[in-house]
Amino acid sequence: MGTLTFDVAHLLAGSLVLVSVMMLYQDRLYALLNVYALHALVLAASVAWQAFVQDAPHLYVTAAIALIFKAVIIPVALHRIIVRLGIHRQIENVVGVGPTMLLGMGLVALSMVVMLRVTTEADPLAREDLAFALSVVLLGLLMMVTRRNAVSQVVGFMSLENGLVLAATGAKGMPLVVEISVAFSVLIAFIVIGIFLFRIRERFDTVDVQALDRFRGERG
Amino acid sequence: MTFDALIGVLLIPAVSAALLAVLPGYKLTARLNVLAALLTFTTAVSLFAVEPRSGSYLLVDDLNKVFIVLTTFVGLTTAVFSASYIGHEIEIGRLTPRSVRFYHAMYQTLMFAMNLALIANNIGLMWVAIELATLTTVLMVGIYRTHEALEAAWKYFILGSVGIALALFGTILVYMAARPVIGEGLYAMVWTVLITKAARFDPALLNVAFVFLLLGYGTKVGLAPLHAWLPDAHAEGPTPISAVLSGLLLNVALYALLRFKMLLALNPGAIAPGPLMVTLGLISCLFAAFMLYRRRDIKRLFAYSSIEHMGIIVFAFGMGGPLANFAGLLHMTMHSLTKSAIFFAVGHISQVKGTQKIADIGGLTVTHPVLGWGLVLGVVAIAGLPPLGIFMSEFLVVSSTFAREPWLAIVLVLAILVALGGLFLRLNTVAFGEPRGPAAPAEASYVPMFAHLALVFMAGIYMPPALVAGFENVARLLG
Repeated sequence: MGTLTFDVAHLLAGSLVLVSVMMLYQDRLYALLNVYALHALVLAASVAWQAFVQDAPHLYVTAAIALIFKAVIIPVALHRIIVRLGIHRQIENVVGVGPTMLLGMGLVALSMVVMLRVTTEADPLAREDLAFALSVVLLGLLMMVTRRNAVSQVVGFMSLENGLVLAATGAKGMPLVVEISVAFSVLIAFIVIGIFLFRIRERFDTVDVQALDRFRGERG
Repeated sequence: MTFDALIGVLLIPAVSAALLAVLPGYKLTARLNVLAALLTFTTAVSLFAVEPRSGSYLLVDDLNKVFIVLTTFVGLTTAVFSASYIGHEIEIGRLTPRSVRFYHAMYQTLMFAMNLALIANNIGLMWVAIELATLTTVLMVGIYRTHEALEAAWKYFILGSVGIALALFGTILVYMAARPVIGEGLYAMVWTVLITKAARFDPALLNVAFVFLLLGYGTKVGLAPLHAWLPDAHAEGPTPISAVLSGLLLNVALYALLRFKMLLALNPGAIAPGPLMVTLGLISCLFAAFMLYRRRDIKRLFAYSSIEHMGIIVFAFGMGGPLANFAGLLHMTMHSLTKSAIFFAVGHISQVKGTQKIADIGGLTVTHPVLGWGLVLGVVAIAGLPPLGIFMSEFLVVSSTFAREPWLAIVLVLAILVALGGLFLRLNTVAFGEPRGPAAPAEASYVPMFAHLALVFMAGIYMPPALVAGFENVARLLG
């Protein structure tokens, strides 16, 4: 393996983590969506590079899904939903930006320590990819728990899922990657564009998940 | 590819899902739904007669045969129950004909997804199937479109997706562990190949993978710290879906977990998966038992009881060994049958009373003797009183634990007793005492409920030797 292929793959996977961290401190929904689109773009580049390096043409499909579906269609759709719902105000962070960033850094360090230690036998590219992917997954989880707004929770989930696609493409020769990315896209499409946000808006007058907690089934 | 029973259990639900999505008229579609479930069940039973060859995508062995037959059987009885339940929902206008069409199509899609997850020989395919099952149930939980139903569906979606995502990461790690041994490509994800070479996988990677899989699929099993979606989803969706969720979907997730546990058990360098499962199982069981006391909604009550029983089952499989595995398997079967029978009763009860609040339901044995006594029988069974089937399986779990870890057994017995108290306290309000709520006669189908209860009763008194031998064989397989 040439150093160039390694360096480029490393750069792209590393940028994905960086963009994930950037998402943590976005406190406006529009900005968050833009950063998410960037996230998907970096993912598409990374997957395409893996497809080229591994000489695996089917991965281009996954890259195309990331580029068209995640980087364009979903952000645009969410943008429209936000406009229609009139919720383009500030995002409330449950935890402040400072502690969130510290937690995020801690999670990245954690995933490096865990993954690099257990993958000593794997080839270096896959190792780093897995470590970065776990960071992205954990950062996505962090975002889901620190946000109250349903739209930003979905964005958190989508960034988490981008981390999984990174891991799957980094695992050289893994079968069913395309199918899995399609399955995930279906899941997201179902939930995001369609039914959920609209219905939640329709029924709750707010997409603030905390307001949904009014009901616990045991009251009244 | 020749047509065999394996293709059958996938094709029948898939085709009927497509049919049910376009056919009008709920009476016709409800019957078709039952017919499709019946066909799937007979096809599944035929697996015992003629065993099809396993390929690199589909697999049939002694372990999943038990699961498939149980799944399709409860799928069939629930379809029968669902026909009368849905009829009533249409009458009172809670569901429109359009949403019923959607509901039936989703029901069959769920059956398809669960069967696929059970017979998948590829860990990636299994993951996709479980994801599909999650998606269909999310949509069905939200079908009433009330505030509560949507909140339940949303919670289920968020927690379920996170679980599913973690499980995928674990699956990728298993592939990474297998790749150096098996080589790149399809075979490194094929279960039958993985199991033969598991001893040579990198143990460290396998350990991390199992932690992710346990958390991921454990969320779908409803294990304690990750269970938050389960009571809401059970309470707010249509009752047939509560029955299928409790009786089947939790089992399917557990089945995935068991497959990976077998993989880990074969690797000498990997951590023992048992203690992790024992801990989670015990926590779930204890936690849910105490939570039973604070429930005011009858469907939530039994949802927590499902968490408790899944805890016992995971505990039993975590203990491992032929006896505990046998007990776990038996308990899983008994729990599926009993819990779905209870939900059949609860579904009709909440329909005649027009509420799910325990405080508003009372004196059922007087106003609706058949339903009331059915529920009493179900609760007696689920609480684990002799001579019913769950008593036997719980007794086996406890006695096999006593021999090895007496302290764990004591905690388990405590949890079971606490749960028994909680269940009877609520049962007393609902079934006996002064009648409360409307007393209009129920238009119910009692056959599914009593069929399940009869089976549970029979299992408590006499187990056919062939069944015992079959379960023993599977218990040995599980290691």
